[in-house]
Amino acid sequence: MSQSLTPMEDAMRAKLTESLNPTTLEIINDSHLHSHHKAMAGVTSKETHFRVIITSPAFQSKPLLARQRMVNTLLKEELAQEGGIHALQLKTRTPEEEDRMKAKEAEQ
Amino acid sequence: IPQAFRAASRSIRPLPVAAAPRFLTPMQVRLLSDDTRTAIDKAVASSPVVLFMKGTPEKPQCGFSRASIQILSVQGVDPEKFTAFNVLEDSDLRSGIKEYSEWPTIPQLYVDKEFIGGCDILMTMHQDGTLRNLFEEKGVLVPPEGEISSESPK
Repeated sequence: MSQSLTPMEDAMRAKLTESLNPTTLEIINDSHLHSHHKAMAGVTSKETHFRVIITSPAFQSKPLLARQRMVNTLLKEELAQEGGIHALQLKTRTPEEEDRMKAKEAEQ
Repeated sequence: IPQAFRAASRSIRPLPVAAAPRFLTPMQVRLLSDDTRTAIDKAVASSPVVLFMKGTPEKPQCGFSRASIQILSVQGVDPEKFTAFNVLEDSDLRSGIKEYSEWPTIPQLYVDKEFIGGCDILMTMHQDGTLRNLFEEKGVLVPPEGEISSESPK
């Protein structure tokens, strides 16, 4: 098996899929948008800034903060490590919320 | 470790020179010291609305911090009831607040000493109206011009 070019994203996808059984999981790498920032000087990783859109029934009846904490906990290592995830934008929804959102968008 | 962290939005005095480096074992680096915890307790209690951010409200140093400040401004949070702390000024604060809140990223918003969340959460709450409700409930908004507030601030 050849080396993955996106080990961070792979790890994220594996962990989130295993624990949350998402019906939707999008992981978008925004690192290239931030690589010129002063804070990123000297960082060689191309996997520092991510947007994650995740729909899972596991988020049912959980307030936003609790949902994000669930994801943060699963990705604890990746967030804590040197040169790991620097920024993580999360959109966490239940399947019902996603349907409602899509219905709203279809109306507009 | 300072007794209290300097508020970014109020201080224009030059920053103190960084103390000589202390050598901490990996174990110590992860644990929040009592002094730092106490200093963060004070920071969190310093105003009804507290934002730990990168940079200052006038000059944010990060897009997510900037977005958070913009949301607070659009919501009409009373500057008298707001304090911002710049984590880039103090590495104890930067790492300490992540341990304290058990939250890995900056910015972090506290309202009435309660952790609300980071930029994503603020954005979502701003869009669905729950942020406005929270601020109204806590009485932290600037009263509209010309109107006499019917309730006294809590």
